[in-house]
Amino acid sequence: MLAHVITFAVRGIESLRVTAEVDVHRGLPAFSIVGLGDQAVREARERVRAALHNSGFRFPQQRVTVNLAPAYVRKVGAGFDLAIALGILAADDQIPAERLRACAVFGELSLGGGLRPGRGALAIAEGAARAGIATLIVPAENGEEAGLVPDIDVRAAGSLGAVAALLRGEEIDYEAEPAVPAAPDPVAEPLDLSDVRGHAGPIRALTIAAAGGHNLLMSGPPGTGKTMLARRLPSILPAMTQDEAIEVTRIHSVAGLRSGGGLARERPFRAPHHTISPSGLVGGGAVPTPGEASLAHNGVLFLDELSEFPRNALEALRQPLEDGRVVVVRKQQAAIYPTRFVLAAATNPCPCGHAGTTRCRCTDADHQRHRRRLSGPLLDRIDLLVDVQRPAASELRAGPVARSAELRDAVEAARERQRSRLRGTVARCNAEMSPMLVREHVALDEAGERLLRKAYEAGRLSARGHHRVLKVARTIADLASSESVGVDDVRVALGWRLDVEGSDDASAVA
Amino acid sequence: MPAPSLEECCDACLRRTALLALLAPHVEVARHDRRLSGLLTLADHELLAAIAGRKRAWFEAAIERFDADAARATAARAGLAQLCRHAAGYPARLLEGADAPAVLHTLGDRSSLPVATTPAVAVVGARRASAYGLEVARALGRGLAAAGVPVVSGMALGIDSAAHTGALEAGGPTIAVLAGGADRAYPRSKATLHRRIAATPGCSVVSEMPPGFVPFRWGFPARNRIIAGLADTTIVVEAAERSGSLITAELAQELGRLVAAVPGAVTNPMAAGANALLRDGAELVRGAQDVLDALLGAGVRVVADGPDPAALEAPLRALLDRLGPRPATSTALLRSGEAPDAVVAGLAELELLGYARRVPGGAYVLAAG
Repeated sequence: MLAHVITFAVRGIESLRVTAEVDVHRGLPAFSIVGLGDQAVREARERVRAALHNSGFRFPQQRVTVNLAPAYVRKVGAGFDLAIALGILAADDQIPAERLRACAVFGELSLGGGLRPGRGALAIAEGAARAGIATLIVPAENGEEAGLVPDIDVRAAGSLGAVAALLRGEEIDYEAEPAVPAAPDPVAEPLDLSDVRGHAGPIRALTIAAAGGHNLLMSGPPGTGKTMLARRLPSILPAMTQDEAIEVTRIHSVAGLRSGGGLARERPFRAPHHTISPSGLVGGGAVPTPGEASLAHNGVLFLDELSEFPRNALEALRQPLEDGRVVVVRKQQAAIYPTRFVLAAATNPCPCGHAGTTRCRCTDADHQRHRRRLSGPLLDRIDLLVDVQRPAASELRAGPVARSAELRDAVEAARERQRSRLRGTVARCNAEMSPMLVREHVALDEAGERLLRKAYEAGRLSARGHHRVLKVARTIADLASSESVGVDDVRVALGWRLDVEGSDDASAVA
Repeated sequence: MPAPSLEECCDACLRRTALLALLAPHVEVARHDRRLSGLLTLADHELLAAIAGRKRAWFEAAIERFDADAARATAARAGLAQLCRHAAGYPARLLEGADAPAVLHTLGDRSSLPVATTPAVAVVGARRASAYGLEVARALGRGLAAAGVPVVSGMALGIDSAAHTGALEAGGPTIAVLAGGADRAYPRSKATLHRRIAATPGCSVVSEMPPGFVPFRWGFPARNRIIAGLADTTIVVEAAERSGSLITAELAQELGRLVAAVPGAVTNPMAAGANALLRDGAELVRGAQDVLDALLGAGVRVVADGPDPAALEAPLRALLDRLGPRPATSTALLRSGEAPDAVVAGLAELELLGYARRVPGGAYVLAAG
């Protein structure tokens, strides 16, 4: 007897329809799986055999052949277990085959017959809905996530037995078997800028960055609060839209970062250590997996100690920063991962960390070496350079400069202006405006043009920098609820940016 | 024979240059027995005897094969003008030293070499300079160049480059004297400055060595003698106790030129050499005006006024008052309750207007002069 079961493989952040073809035939008892599976797929034999026995089914004492089609696509992981098991049962007539034909299934089996959650439930549910499949059966823990997709009936089951009951048309109890008890979430302390004393300048820069989606670099001595400030950037970013939340959920699910639960609510904050490899940062591996840049999609990518990151890792960030996505090509597959994040970076201003104060013991050559490490492709893509210094003693005793909720309201209002202005384009915020959109939406008056020209001619701005200043000026005007960009907005944008560009000039002097 | 021109360069001088380049790797050893200036005054055969030692025959054979026209062609390809010490346009002041270079290779404006009647000032100092030293050197370069006085220096890191940069800000003139070939930017990190000097009218890069030559250690004191020789006055801006800049000052002293220095903090080891010069009687220089007065007589030429702070709007002037010679970051300059936007924008504006300058690391200082 032959049976077909529809399942899905995760590829990039999309899913690919895979058919498990199971043939049960007379012959010496044997069980083989073909179709370019990895070690986990080969081991499915042992899991499936034990799960069938322990769920009260019989493993056919015949020749069992499983083919995962299309056979040229590499199959990874244990998510095909359920499809293989159901295929065997259907081919052996232990469950009715007709209901199974309208279903797609996925999930890993435990030896006891329980269903374990897998990665990429959301991507799989979307793929199944697109393929016009009526019902998707998923492990209980993936139920909520897969259920986010409309147009498809998602049924969650805790065990192989429960799935078989479903296929026989019986109603089942969802909580059939809690396979792995979920670890209780540690109570995350909500980070708020009201915890911060002083730092009025950096907080203003964070607000501008959040309002326009601009990248920023914080520079200051060690222990002054750069990391603390960066961690609070998500608290003033606008709430995610439904689409954004779906994107985040999809990526994080594929990466195996979500333990159950439905939609991701919090904007991601990713802070990879500086020993990270290029593929860890932008995605890669023999079987492509998303990197930190994609995990930070719609959120914040925080690179602490920017100068310590290997140069090739930072070089690899260029494409994601510029295009908002990254293409990872490996032997047999190419995967596209979205990477629209706000880059927040932090660095010491010089090797000893005390540049600009009398405590600095670095020579000019040290400064230059340090700057050379930072400079290059990344520095040119940073819009705001923020100087972070130890707050004064009086500021430590005073109240907070701002509360996240208030700033977030201002950011939301500024983003709303951008959304209505940019409606119908691919740009979602000022930072994503193309040169054409900048020309259309950032009209400077005579004085503004003059100021920019002066900065440009003084060698303080590159062509790219010129363009970026205009975008930041647009955001500053948006924060002030102004539809036109005035000379003062340009002046402030230049002020937050000149530091970056000025460094090139300083090296010509020193 | 073509008519004598500025580029005229005789075969003997070209041969001498080639000989020096050939012997260059061995000069360092010969310096143990003899002062460098002594070596460089020797005639060709004496130089061979002093440096080549037992390999003399080999060197003689090599220099026999020297082709002056090929050397001219090589220099022309590198874009260098050649001028030998027998030519009319050779800087007269340089000839006062017995060890004047045989040939000057010039990249850039070849008419920029100072003639006897034009004053020229050398500004030299430490490679590892303080923000204060860099600021003063830059202001000196700017003030002197604005008054039409060529600024001579060695394009080294630190003070030298700051002086060149200041002069370029005023549109020149400035002359960079290199230890290697004039067509090669040395140090490499000054490639941009090298290009700018070569491209600005009234400015040039000068070297006694042939194009493409990579300098040896002795080349730097040798270069210093050209700097001291070209200038009327040598100003040491910041120099430690044992510094190449002090060699330049000493050479200038021997030529009977005016030696001046910029005072530094007595606690600053990087300024100890300059302060010692002052104690020994060097002219004290506070700015370009002091130099012009010493050079041309008091008040003959006045340094063009910098931007006038009184013309600034009140908020900018208030911000400018907070700046000083010590670097301060924008955060340090922010008073509590003040809008950060206004301070960063104000500092940017002050920088663009030339009142403030950023030092490495991102802090601001008050621009000098």
